[in-house]
Order: sequence, then C-alpha cells, then structure tokens
Amino acid sequence: MVSTKMDKSPADLLASPGLASLLKSLKLKTKQQELLIRVSILCLVYVLAFITRLFSVLRYESMIHEFDPYFNYRVTQYLTQKGFYEFWNWFDSESWYPLGRIIGGTLYPGLMVTAALIYWILRFLRFAVHIREVCVLTAPFFASNTTLVAYFFGKELWDSGAGLVAAALIAICPGYISRSVAGSYDNEGVAIFALLLTFYLFVKAVNTGSLAWALASAFGYFYMVSAWGGYVFIINLIPLYVLVLLITGRYSMRLYVAYNSMYVLGMLLAMQIRFVGFQHVQSGEHMAAMGVFFLMQVFYFLDWVKYLLNDPKKFHTFLRITVTSAVGLGVIALGVGTASGYISPWTGRFYSLLDPTYAKDHIPIIASVSEHQPTAWSSFMFDFHILLLLFPAGLYFCFKRLSDATIFIVMYGLTSMYFAGVMVRLILVATPAVCLISAIAVSATIKNLTQLVRAKGKPNPVGPGKGTSGTKASSKGSPDQSMPFQRNGAIALLLGVFYLLTRYAVHCTWVTSEAYSSPSIVLAARGAHGNRVIFDDYREAYFWLRQNTPPDAKVMSWWDYGYQITAMGNRTVIVDNNTWNNTHIATVGRAMSSYEDEAYEIMRSLDVDYVLVVFGGVTGYSSDDINKFLWMVRIGGGVFPVIKEPDYLVNGEYRVDKGAAPKMLNCLMYKLSYYRFGELTTEYGKPPGYDRARGVEIGNKDIKLEHLEEAFTTSNWIIRIYKVKPPNNRW
Amino acid sequence: MGRSATTKDAQALFHSLRTAYAATPNNLKIIDLYIVFAVVTAVIQVVYMAIVGSFPFNSFLSGVLSCVGTAVLAVSLRIQVNKENKEFKDLPPERAFADFVLCNLVLHLVIMNFLG
Repeated sequence: MVSTKMDKSPADLLASPGLASLLKSLKLKTKQQELLIRVSILCLVYVLAFITRLFSVLRYESMIHEFDPYFNYRVTQYLTQKGFYEFWNWFDSESWYPLGRIIGGTLYPGLMVTAALIYWILRFLRFAVHIREVCVLTAPFFASNTTLVAYFFGKELWDSGAGLVAAALIAICPGYISRSVAGSYDNEGVAIFALLLTFYLFVKAVNTGSLAWALASAFGYFYMVSAWGGYVFIINLIPLYVLVLLITGRYSMRLYVAYNSMYVLGMLLAMQIRFVGFQHVQSGEHMAAMGVFFLMQVFYFLDWVKYLLNDPKKFHTFLRITVTSAVGLGVIALGVGTASGYISPWTGRFYSLLDPTYAKDHIPIIASVSEHQPTAWSSFMFDFHILLLLFPAGLYFCFKRLSDATIFIVMYGLTSMYFAGVMVRLILVATPAVCLISAIAVSATIKNLTQLVRAKGKPNPVGPGKGTSGTKASSKGSPDQSMPFQRNGAIALLLGVFYLLTRYAVHCTWVTSEAYSSPSIVLAARGAHGNRVIFDDYREAYFWLRQNTPPDAKVMSWWDYGYQITAMGNRTVIVDNNTWNNTHIATVGRAMSSYEDEAYEIMRSLDVDYVLVVFGGVTGYSSDDINKFLWMVRIGGGVFPVIKEPDYLVNGEYRVDKGAAPKMLNCLMYKLSYYRFGELTTEYGKPPGYDRARGVEIGNKDIKLEHLEEAFTTSNWIIRIYKVKPPNNRW
Repeated sequence: MGRSATTKDAQALFHSLRTAYAATPNNLKIIDLYIVFAVVTAVIQVVYMAIVGSFPFNSFLSGVLSCVGTAVLAVSLRIQVNKENKEFKDLPPERAFADFVLCNLVLHLVIMNFLG
C-alpha cells in the first residue's frame, strides 16, 4: 500500500554510513535491507520485553508474588499432577471450610492450561523444568508475544514503522509491566495478550472481509474468555464499534461477514467455559452484542431489499411496515426479559464502573480492594510518562486518516481511558491502546521530519502526486533561503523527539526497578548502616504451619492470606481471596472485632484450630491487619448489625493508643496483635510498646488471653499464630 | 380508502420483489433456500421449547445456535460469492467456499461438545 520509499525513512535514519556499507557489502537489495532491519528490531524488542521484567528474580529468587498468583500456582500444580479431567471437575474442601469451593466451575482456566501446556511441551523436549519456573516466567513470555501482536496491529492501522514503535513502547510501558513481571502469575499476564490478539484479528477481518480471519478472531475471543473476566470489555466494545460504523455510514459487506461470524462462533466457544455458562444470552452485560447482532440482520436485510427493488417509493412502504414491527418486537422482548428478571442486570463489579459511587455505598468488599480505587493523575503520569502527551497527538493523526481500523483504535483508546480513570487496575487495559496511538503519533511525526531533512532543495516545486508528506516539503521548496532553516529546525525537532524517547526508556526502567518488582511476600528495607535487610516472615510462618500443625488443622485469618496459606502452608482455611461468600467473610470479621468470649464461640462453631494475624508494629510494615481492621468492622457490620463501626472510633478517629475506644482496646484483633508487645522496646528512645506502623504507644499493654495461646511469632513479629484452646472440662 | 391503498401498495411491492428476485442467479438461490431452511428449523425448535420447557438449556441453545450459525455463515458465503459485490471481486469462489466449510466444521464441533 505505502510505497517502499516511505517505509524506508525511519530505517534509513538508523543506517549510518558504516551500517550502510556493511549492508551493501552483503549485496542486499533495498527491500531486503529493510526486512533485515525490521526483523532485528523486532528480535531486540522481544528480548527486551522479557528481560526488563526479571528484576525480582535477580534480586530475590524465582518465586510467585502477591496473593492471587498463589491460588493459580496451586491450581496449575494440581492440573499437572492429576490431569485435565480431574482439574475440570475439582471440588476443593481445603478452602472456605466448611463450605468448600467448586474450583473447576468457578475459575478462568486459560492461564493454568497455558502454563501446563508450556510445561508439558518442555518436558516432552526433555527439559526437566519445575512447574514453578514455568509459572514464574509465563507472564514475561506472553509480554514478549504481546509486542509482536502490537507490531502487526500497528502495521494494520498505519504502517510498519508505527508497528515497530508500538512494539518498542509496549515492551517497556510500566502500565503493562505492573501486572506482568516475572512471578506475577495472574490472569492479566495472559489476558492482555489475548485482548490485543482478538482486537487485531477482528480489525484484520473487517479490513479483508474474510471468513478465515473472523474465525481466527472468534478463537482469540475464546482464549480471552478463558483467561480473564475482563472479556466483557471486548463483547461490549466491538458491538459499540459496529454501531458507530453503521451510524456514520461506513458499513460494508465486510463488516457483516466479520462481526456476525465472530459473534456466533465466539459466543458458542465462550459458553464452553463453565464459569461463564449461559451469561452470553442471559446477562445484561452481554445484551449489547446480541442487540447489535439483530440490528445488523435487520439493517442488511433492508439494504438488500432496497437494492432489489431499485425504487424508492416502494421501498419506503416496505420500510414502514417492517421496521415498525421489528423495532416493536425487539423492545417488547427486551422489556419482558428485563422486567421478569430473566435477563439479569449488570453485576456489581461492572456496574461500579459505570457508577463509581455505587460500590462504596452498597458493596464494601468491592470498595475495600485498593486496586478498585479511582486513579489519581500521578498514577497516570507514573504509568504512562510521555505517552500521556502523545495520546492526543495520535488521536489527531487518526482523525486525519480515518479508516475502519483507525476508528476502532480511537474508540478503544477513548473507552479504555475512561475506565482507567475510574479504577486503577484498569490502566492495564488502556495501555495497549495508548501505546498504539502514541506510536502512530511518533511514527508520523518522525516520518514528516525526516522527509524535511532528506528533501533536497529543488528549483521547481514537485507535483502534488509525489506523496502526502512530500508535498509538505516541496510546497516550501521554491524559495531557497527558507530551506536551510527548515532543515535545521527539522533536525532540532528530531533530536528533541529522540531525547523524549530516551527519557521515556529511562523512566520505565526506573519505575520497573523501584515500584513494580517487589514480590510483596518478601519485604526489604534499609538497615541502620544502609545494608539491605530482608524480611521473609510470611514464608517462615507458612512453613511453620505446614510442619508443626496437624494436617487437618483449620486456620482462620483475614481473607487476604487465604490463598497463600492453602498454597504454601497446605492447611484448610475459613475464607480466602475468592470472596465469593460475603456472609462467611462477615462471620470472620465479626469474630475478629468481638470480645474474646464471643469470638471464641464463633471460632468453636467454625472448628477453627489456629488464628493467623499480620502485625506490622515492630517493623513499621503498614499493610497489616490493624490497618485493615476498619474494613473487617464494616464488612462484619454489613451482615451482623451487632457490630457497629462507631464503637471502635473516638470522635470519628481511629486510634490504638490510650485514648482509643474501649471496645477497640479489648477486641480479639487488638489482643492478638499486641499480645506481649507491651514488653518490647522497638525503637531507641521510645517507651516499650511503641507501635512503629501507627507511630503511637499502645493503650492496652497488659493483655491476657483466656481461650487462645500463642503458638508462633515470626522473627520480626510480622505474622503471629495462635492456637485455639479446647473448652475447659466441666465440673 | 387508506386500507385499499395500503393493500394495493403491498401487492405492488410483492410483485416487484418477486420479479427482481427471479433475476438472481441459480447458485445464489440455492444458498437462499438453505438459509430459509436453517431459519425455519430454528423457529420450529423455539416453538418446541415454548411447549415443552427449556430444561437442558445447553441443548436448546446449541440447537438454536447451530441453525442461526449456519444461516449466518451461509449469508456470508452468499455475500462473498455474489458477483455484484465490488469488494469481493478478487476473491475466488473456491476460497470463499473453503472458508465456509472450515467455519461450519468448527461450529458443529463446538455444538457437539455443547449438546451435553
């Protein structure tokens, strides 16, 4: 499509005299030189995307980070040990005691199946890898694959230069790195690859109108549905895009072929995942796709009849009769469906995207997750850097050259930026769009500038048919004295662009190294002499549990730690991160916020043997249970009105020192966190019992436990485990 | 008076539609017949479900969606094979038919898995 001359300009600039003579010495033609440069750039970007995510593996060790990945790891282990059939039908009795959890039917299997496949392939090739290494490195591997897809998508949207820039930008963009470092074995690592792949295949299908590409995009959609709950974004964005094309009059036969095949095949494939089930025909979130499907049938049928009739008057009569009946039927069906409750309304998770204040008032569990908070400008700048400025520039270029593909990327960019503003973790979904649009801006700008640099002063202005950017140079070509300044200006601007890109690369690497490479389960700090101190308390506690408790012991803790306890401690837990049963979590919250006697009754009813508490007072670790305590109170109080939040506050303030509320000073969580802490001196010059995380001296130092006894406290007091004593013998 | 005008309009409409449709080539008419067959089968299944109840919902869905799916794919084939569509004039009809067969194969394999 674009002439080879234009394709060559960014590549040409890289070809210094030495490289050019080297290439010439290999006797390569221009097209082959360009291919060689492109392939080598892509290879370098592929390797770069992989190695930039390896900071934590190099600094600590190859381990799984955070909380959710531990569940995925445990499931993958089960899959590789027991096989696919056992995995698909797995009922787990080790979590959510005494309810258990149907794991086979309540997860998105894409990530685990992918890792298991890679593991089996490597084993087949006689590489004796451990499943943990495969799990740790799955996300960087798929990040590298995402850069390749970004290259092809950029090529489809604009040209291969934009594709190369897009691949390079997305390889190091912090918004994507945050959820795909080595060790972050979570759904998003694979899902962003699937998302971009589906979008690329769909745009390709719309551009070519071929059934084969539509089938491929249906498979891409199936992979996305199997990998992440965020597939709802795809199934709403694509119908919205089709609607926009229909309204702006850009519809064509290719659109019909692409959308309908993808919708029907994609929907059928998606319903094979048990967790998704029949939602594609029953849930309100998927109704937009179905509505657009029916709309398209009606639209194209009318178009065909109009073409057949060739007579406007007769067509208007036909239109009158059929459209009124069709629209009437549709509205009635939708109304009956929604009113009778058959079509379920939007679930809380997605409804809170449309109405950000909904979760805070109605569903405290969703509101309490830190990743679901609205995004601050600093987060945007932190995760995107110069891409935030290049995004509007890219939008301008897209609007200048509107085609089906650029309309799609503009819609993807705008909708994903809106959602990224509502919820921090959705910056991840916006990242590919921002990288692609910024790549268009960068590529188009560099192309224009290099055209100016390379244009030789021609006495007569060249005809307008030479090329789009060529005219920009030649129109100013006639007066000779403006040429040198223009050339110098272009060179200066080019240097400015390269400086910006260099700063971007430096920023991304710094962000990756400082902010996103922490495993969360191993904490590091600077000691008094500047040496690095590692706190490995979490794993110490879980392995103590594994080796020193009976195999059928039940552990009660706040839901954050459930997955880690089952995966590393191999013990049954009461609640875990799946948070599917709010009442069960509220029961645990109530136990933690009650006095010891009431809590003991609740613990006896749940058969609890050990209680695990996270405490940051000695180390200054601020994500401990005392800081999360108010959420326990809110969630518990949401189900059991006997727990009232104002009981734990003093004048609306949350305190743990002498002026704290009496209920706060005597509740179970307080007692378990600060048991024997009153005797400990944590900081030089401060009284014993000084809590370094809250910065106060605690109020109740003389704590006596009646129904629990201390079983284990880790070396830095971060995790404390208590054993529940059996009831006293009665007289 | 308005009513007879409407019926006369409708009759004229039908007449012109019929004459225009008679002009389409035979291979497209065969595809149209296949589409009508698929849609009628889907309607029969929906009526049956309304009478008997939707208990194995996955079976009902797979039956209806296989009809709808083949109809949609046949329409796509008709679009690609129709000589009057300028966008597809470079596409050889054998390639269009091969794509059609491949998509139908995938569709029916998924249906067989979903039937339960």
